[in-house]
Amino acid sequence: MLMTERQTQADTIEALAKKFGKDRTGLMPILQEIQAKYKHISDFAMQEIARELDIHPVEVYSVISFYAFLRSKQTGKFVIRLCRTLSCEMAGKKRVARQLENELGVAFGETTSDGRFTLEYANCLGLCDQGPAMLVNDVAFTEVTPEKVHEIIQECKRTFSVYAQEVQKHV
Amino acid sequence: MEDKKINSDTSRAPKSVKPHTIKIEDTDGIGGKVKVTIDGVDVRVPFGTTILDAAKMINVHIPTLCHHEDLCVAGVCRVCVVDVEGQRTLQASCAYPITQPIVVHTTSPKVRRARRNIIDLLLSKHYGECYSCVRNNNCELQTLAKEYGVDKYRFGHITERRHEVDNSSYALRRDMDKCVLCRRCVRTCIDLQEVGVLGAIGRGDETVIGTFMDKPLADVICINCGQCINRCPTGALQANDPSDEIWNAIDDPKKHVVIQTAPSPRAGIGEEFGLEPGVPLTFEMNTALRRCGFDKVFDTNFTADLTIIEEGTELILRLYNALVKKDPQIALPQFTSCSPGWVKYIEHFYPEYLAHVSSSKSPQQMFGAVIKTYYAQINNIDPADIVTVALMPCSAKKFECNRPEMSDSGYKDVDYGLTTRELAQMIREAGIDLPRIPKSDFDDPFGSATGSGVIFGATGGVMEAALRTVFELVTGQIADPDALAGQVSEIRGFDGIKYKELTLPEKLGPVPDILRMNKDVPFDSWDWLSGATLKLAVAHGTANAKKVLDDIIAGGKFSECHFIEFMACPGGCLGGGGQPIPTTPEIRKARAKAIYSEDQAYEIRKSHDNPAVVELYVKFLTEGPNGHLAHKLLHTHYTPRGKYIA
Amino acid sequence: MSERKGYILFIDVEPNTGLKKALTKKRTEVIADIRNSGLKGRGGAGFPTGVKWNLAASASSDTKYVVCNADEGEPGTFKDRVILSEYTDDLLEGITIAGYAIGAETGIIYLRGEYEYLKKQIVDTIDKRRSEGWLGKNVGGKEVFNFDIEIRMGSGAYVCGEETALIESLEGQRGEPRNRPPFPVNTGFMGCPTIVNNVETLVTASRIIAKGVDWFTKYGIDKSTGTKVYSISGDCEKPGVYEFNIGITIAELLKEVGGGNAKAVVMGGASGRVVPAKDFAKTVAYVDAPTGGSVIVLGQERDMLDVAENFLEFFVEESCGQCTPCREGNPLLLDGVKRLKNGTCSMEYLQELMSLAETMQLASKCGLGQSSPNAFLSIIEHFETEIFGRVPVM
Ligand SMILES: Cc1cc2nc3c(=O)[nH]c(=O)nc-3n(C[C@H](O)[C@H](O)[C@H](O)COP(=O)(O)O)c2cc1C
Ligand code: SF4
Ligand code: SF4
Ligand code: SF4
Ligand code: SF4
Ligand code: FES
Ligand code: FES
Repeated sequence: MLMTERQTQADTIEALAKKFGKDRTGLMPILQEIQAKYKHISDFAMQEIARELDIHPVEVYSVISFYAFLRSKQTGKFVIRLCRTLSCEMAGKKRVARQLENELGVAFGETTSDGRFTLEYANCLGLCDQGPAMLVNDVAFTEVTPEKVHEIIQECKRTFSVYAQEVQKHV
Repeated sequence: MEDKKINSDTSRAPKSVKPHTIKIEDTDGIGGKVKVTIDGVDVRVPFGTTILDAAKMINVHIPTLCHHEDLCVAGVCRVCVVDVEGQRTLQASCAYPITQPIVVHTTSPKVRRARRNIIDLLLSKHYGECYSCVRNNNCELQTLAKEYGVDKYRFGHITERRHEVDNSSYALRRDMDKCVLCRRCVRTCIDLQEVGVLGAIGRGDETVIGTFMDKPLADVICINCGQCINRCPTGALQANDPSDEIWNAIDDPKKHVVIQTAPSPRAGIGEEFGLEPGVPLTFEMNTALRRCGFDKVFDTNFTADLTIIEEGTELILRLYNALVKKDPQIALPQFTSCSPGWVKYIEHFYPEYLAHVSSSKSPQQMFGAVIKTYYAQINNIDPADIVTVALMPCSAKKFECNRPEMSDSGYKDVDYGLTTRELAQMIREAGIDLPRIPKSDFDDPFGSATGSGVIFGATGGVMEAALRTVFELVTGQIADPDALAGQVSEIRGFDGIKYKELTLPEKLGPVPDILRMNKDVPFDSWDWLSGATLKLAVAHGTANAKKVLDDIIAGGKFSECHFIEFMACPGGCLGGGGQPIPTTPEIRKARAKAIYSEDQAYEIRKSHDNPAVVELYVKFLTEGPNGHLAHKLLHTHYTPRGKYIA
Repeated sequence: MSERKGYILFIDVEPNTGLKKALTKKRTEVIADIRNSGLKGRGGAGFPTGVKWNLAASASSDTKYVVCNADEGEPGTFKDRVILSEYTDDLLEGITIAGYAIGAETGIIYLRGEYEYLKKQIVDTIDKRRSEGWLGKNVGGKEVFNFDIEIRMGSGAYVCGEETALIESLEGQRGEPRNRPPFPVNTGFMGCPTIVNNVETLVTASRIIAKGVDWFTKYGIDKSTGTKVYSISGDCEKPGVYEFNIGITIAELLKEVGGGNAKAVVMGGASGRVVPAKDFAKTVAYVDAPTGGSVIVLGQERDMLDVAENFLEFFVEESCGQCTPCREGNPLLLDGVKRLKNGTCSMEYLQELMSLAETMQLASKCGLGQSSPNAFLSIIEHFETEIFGRVPVM
């Protein structure tokens, strides 16, 4: 990681710690914000957080490793979480899963080599009456079919290139 | 509302890391006793007592695994479940506070089935064979399997490794395939020691005890204290055992193998041979060591005495320069440096305070340096052929002797750090029945030692030994150790942090000869100390060290101190990470008793009276304490390591 | 959005009727109302809400907390999502009433990470209520009643729905359930007395205060008053969220949602039990399977072992891993189901697994492990013929 990038991360964490309180109750919200912003929580970030909250780095890592949505390794820009629990399973999850794998060329639990997509299973998303259900980042998709999968992925790719262009503009 | 803190004297256990503290409200408001019926026997226990403790009172044995007397409650292994009437599910007796009259059954069929199933579950994932395991015959899992008559693996048995053994550390070896996830090590490292190396990583059946980002132990901020080993119920954690190399050295006729033995192992080793805790086997051990083939058996107390002289001189010089010369560069209070776990702790956590740490080496390292120089010289042995072994109660000593700077003799000053447990193993292997063999003395020239050296083993011991010497050297009056002990009784015992102020008399003696040997000592009378009040403190267990340091940073009362003794391990060295397992507050007390009674048995009880020490200065370290050669051989420097894990 | 049919929860009530009424009463009177209504927790164990509030109210502490459990993670449960999005205001009102009743100044909503998309709406509603004086200092003009609500997110851990795990998570820890006793009403968030209540419970409580105990107790059956919101999914024509009178049988319920031809239903999600068709008429949903009101309808074609496998996979992933029976037991049960499926599970081993399942129910530390074998056991109990066909005969 570049020095300047470290500094921005450290500043972000400091600001978050100020916002959520410099004790352990602030840990989850801080982790969630860092995760959302950087798509993972780096070992540098973990140690910064530990320092701010006066806890041990291993405790931060331990907490991250507990929660399915928190990651210590880089994830894709789009994290796709397909529900694998009973109601969705019965509503046709398998076909959707196969289409996702084909579409992205990766298996569940993996990230595409371009770093754009991470594909994983989730447990019941609370959308069981409209299964199969999946989340793309925070957005919920219901009654997903293989055809819909194709559209959703295309849409993501479009946003991604828009995003990438925007980043380009700012550099 | 009251926190029921188990062994509150050594555990800081901040709220944030101790969510499982049992906290209950005395709703009947009388704070009195509650009746509990266990297996038909009635007993009245203080409100809030756990079922487990209540059962102990009436000698009902309930098996446990994750419970440890030194640690806060976890309630995770579920081996200790019992049937409480009126409850739908079984209750973990270690975690169930009795707050109203209850009826408990500890061996109902439901309970027995549950325990048996739980043990079978643990065994199904346990990869390891008892006969090739350090904890064979001293393993809580093995004992449980025996108690519950496990005769087959009902839920299968894993046949392949799932985790690699972490062998990276000089001090510890972690084999997570033998781990039962009781988390005693985690609670030890975070609550008791405040180091925070270990944590539970992952969840569900993928949970494993790991380090930050699963790095090897050598790459994280482990202080090598080994307290986690002492509390691990299984062979998942062990010290790195050098006994094979030591046997090889002994078997090599070219090698001159000498061993120095620290005071704490003597107080503990009997436990390895089935004796009650607190029976010292000092002189039996000497015989055993010779029978094992060591060429010389020396007493680390010799260099403990030397440490007192060097560290004491250093303290006096610091005091003079700070108080009289008003040199603002001088760091006070001076911190002791003999506990390598503590040294590594401060290098990581408070590197900006390293100037406070005495530059004197630990007794172990002083000994190594003296052996490979002075001893080699007077005996005409090539230091390259000398192998120095240090018998220590401590796993951190293994790291200490491997510090690159610890080779001031021109060789690796101490070749191997051997723990009490490992020596016991060597003695067993040699077919020696330790408690029943004849006694013999230490070898000269470093055989003579004093009671001061012995009490180094207990928390407060270094301080007390230093006071014996300082008091006498400064006042010029003969100090009676027992009278002094009465005067400074606050520094004995197991309180986590101890504090004492000691005022010197107005009339002081002449500066003694031993100090005058060092021509750089800038004063020739003690006038500047007349009537001075020395402020002293003692802390053991790094959690308590942290409290003291935080107080110093905050400018509290400990920042006013002149001298502070720190020991990494709860109880001091006698509770070290290389001592026999198990460890409990009672066992540590018994060992302390053994150490103090041994002190009383010594004829010479003050370091500066040790004739061998005096002779060493006269013949070898001729520029006196803190002199040039002493500095080269007996002093060291530290590395500010910091907390960042790359 | 919806034209939901309802009796207690899914009805329109003038906003803040309940809160206004509560503020005219003494705290003890509010608690007495809840107690007299017979309301039981709608999130899981069905603990009487009035008793819970009273315990927290009488615990001595300056600081107390109300936590709204919006971690809805039980497979097949989604009614809290609907309530959160359609009755946000009423929920916040309920939380405020609870705060008033027990003497708390802070309410916390623990919203599951999967519902991140609901967060903005809830935060906006909190802000709106604050600007209207229904949160903040002197709520509703009532002197010395200060109360505010924050929202905290989960991060993908079902076990955090368990109230003590939830509190651990709020405290920045792994979501590992605590030893009980002490209970949260005594030692909860930050060691302070805390009540944890389900979303539906809190809305219902505000309804009770708004419309009166007598009105409420008209619904339900003697021991279980009121109505229940069900989440219905699976093989039926009209899956969705329904409010039914407590006392409705499974047969009646299935008729409502067009699931008449079911082979079985899972009552209470993965932690619940599987009820075979023969028991549909006599089983009262809720009383017999209280967990969360999840109903998953299983059609005639479904393989019961697939159901058990799916649920056990769920528990293997979601177990916190802290205690032995649940951590090590669930993978073994899952393995057992796989063996049953391919015909390699001997009768003898099945017996061992049943004994293991009993141990998990009895000796696990929290409700997750205690209920994870339920589906497995009830399937073996009720679908013997389907399963024993595959057990190798020794
Ligand atoms: C594994 C597990 C998961 C739970 N998940 C939830 C949940 O998602 N929502 C909920 O309200 N209660 C859940 N509970 C029940 C809670 O522990 C607690 O009983 C409930 O929030 C109390 O609220 P109530 O009294 O209003 O029902 C769960 C319990 C367990 C054991
Ligand atoms: S840890 Fe215990 S049970 Fe395991 S191999 Fe070693 S002695 Fe045997
Ligand atoms: S040796 Fe000490 S510091 Fe290292 S892991 Fe064990 S308890 Fe922690
Ligand atoms: S390493 Fe030892 S002490 Fe630590 S959890 Fe495993 S078995 Fe327990
Ligand atoms: S029963 Fe399962 S989820 Fe509950 S504490 Fe034990 S391991 Fe964790
Ligand atoms: S089962 Fe898929 S959302 Fe509930
Ligand atoms: S000893 Fe009680 S649960 Fe482990």
